[in-house]
Amino acid sequence: MTGSESPQRASSAPADDAVVDVRDVHYAIYGRPIFAGLNIRVRRGLITAVMGPSGTGKTTLLRLITGQLFADRGQVSVFGRDIASLPGSQIYATRRRMGMLFQNGALLTDINVFENVAFPVREHTDLPESLIRTLVLTKLEAVGLRGAADLMPAELSGGMARRVALARAIVMDPEVLLYDEPFVGLDPISLGVILRLIKQMNQALGITSIVVSHDVQELATIADQSYLLSGGCVVASGTPQDLARSDSETVHQFMTGSAEGPVKFHYPAPDYASQLLGVDEA
Amino acid sequence: MSTRVVRSGYLLEGVRRFGLTGIFFARLLAACVRSLARPRLIVAQIFNAGARSLIIIMLSGLFTGMVLGLLGQDVLQRFGAETALGEVAALALLKELGPVLTALLFAGRAGTALTSEIGLMRATDQLTAMEVMAVDPMSYVAAPRFLGGLIAMPLLVAIFNVIGLYGAQLIGVGLLGIDRGTFWSQMQSAVSMRDVTEGIVKSVVFGAVVSLIAVNEGYQAEPTAEGVGLATTRTVVASSVLTLLLDYVLTAVFL
Ligand SMILES: Nc1ncnc2c1ncn2[C@@H]1O[C@H](COP(=O)(O)OP(=O)(O)OP(=O)(O)O)[C@@H](O)[C@H]1O
Ligand SMILES: [Mg+2]
Repeated sequence: MTGSESPQRASSAPADDAVVDVRDVHYAIYGRPIFAGLNIRVRRGLITAVMGPSGTGKTTLLRLITGQLFADRGQVSVFGRDIASLPGSQIYATRRRMGMLFQNGALLTDINVFENVAFPVREHTDLPESLIRTLVLTKLEAVGLRGAADLMPAELSGGMARRVALARAIVMDPEVLLYDEPFVGLDPISLGVILRLIKQMNQALGITSIVVSHDVQELATIADQSYLLSGGCVVASGTPQDLARSDSETVHQFMTGSAEGPVKFHYPAPDYASQLLGVDEA
Repeated sequence: MSTRVVRSGYLLEGVRRFGLTGIFFARLLAACVRSLARPRLIVAQIFNAGARSLIIIMLSGLFTGMVLGLLGQDVLQRFGAETALGEVAALALLKELGPVLTALLFAGRAGTALTSEIGLMRATDQLTAMEVMAVDPMSYVAAPRFLGGLIAMPLLVAIFNVIGLYGAQLIGVGLLGIDRGTFWSQMQSAVSMRDVTEGIVKSVVFGAVVSLIAVNEGYQAEPTAEGVGLATTRTVVASSVLTLLLDYVLTAVFL
């Protein structure tokens, strides 16, 4: 572990202010360990970044937090309660206080943009149609897609779909927003818009945010607190500045994007030269 | 040695699938109760599964009836009993051909559509997204589709039978010159309520089986393009075989 908590805001936040508290979590898929002693604290009102190479289990972590998967060992507390110990109805109640942005948007393909954003509202409230309309258009305006309300999801570009998904994720005014790889495959303009939106949601609405990504540069500009995952546990945590200053080799390799270092870029293979020369074949 | 391993692997896989389907069915029934609160979704699925299969059901019914008219006439006149054509056509359609052929067509038309739709929803994270939005996909997606299929099947069978009878009459009366009055009165006196019940029971059971398999395969499909394709194939194969198997069982029960 390098560094400590976010310097300016940590002092005002008491220790039990964790909205999500992942404690010593072990988790394996088909006997293959994904997490071995993972510890992550997400504090109210902050943007927490979770970084790590592909396949380290970032999406799995989000699924543990939303109670779709349960830890083999250890505990995932959300809003102060162990999510694994809650009955199904309570898990659903907890999820209503969260919003999640999926990497590809995951919009419902058989209804249009407007209805997609209205979906959680219609499912969970009895608001009159006029109010739903206002609410949905406001959220669509916030992501700049009010004009696309009548389009079907298939007619949207990847970046637009993600912005609609963001509007849908915030339409119920969640306390926590989970972002799964929000920057992948975006053009610079959409990327800037999404970055600003994440920051805005956090500052204007006070939404606690968990951003899972491997785009170190982008995260550094918005994150208050970041965790670097590798090999099933947190290898470094702190503010982006802390990480940048870290002298850990793993952190350094990840922050600078080098293929050489403790994190192997190459899948295990026989010696390159001898394989090319066909030495192994004989 | 190795073949035995493979064979027991197939067997285990079969048992595993059967068990999974059973568990899924139990969850589905619970979800059906909850989804009754959303009649709009169920109606939409009756339209999807039922109305969209109408054309092929009507066409198939017409031709099946016409074949019955031709063959029935040919066979019956060898016994000098061609006046019984109405009776034969009605019993064949009500008790056997209507439910079975409709179920097979339904599996190919609506069943595959259900499987691939649900499988694609899983592959594109739509079902996960619903779960995260605290909406249960079992009662929002699976149950309405199951109920829609269950309700649509008997209706389609009824339509198949009516059109089939019309087709038989078209050939028997129109082409081969059997007396119209004899055709219908023979039918009326020979067909009992029990025969009608048998047809209705079969169509409900087949509707439940085909819809369950279609929804289950879609739900359990591996979330890839290939996985969805395989699941769609399994829907057709499994529901066709199971329909014919259950047809035998039900026919024996009603004897
Ligand atoms: N359903 C599954 N079956 C088998 N293995 C799985 C399954 N889901 C995830 N995994 C494995 O778990 C590991 C973590 O997956 P996860 O999707 O959480 O990674 P990630 O960190 O989100 O990666 P990426 O950055 O590429 O999205 C991966 O190595 C993956 O192979
Ligand atoms: Mg991922």
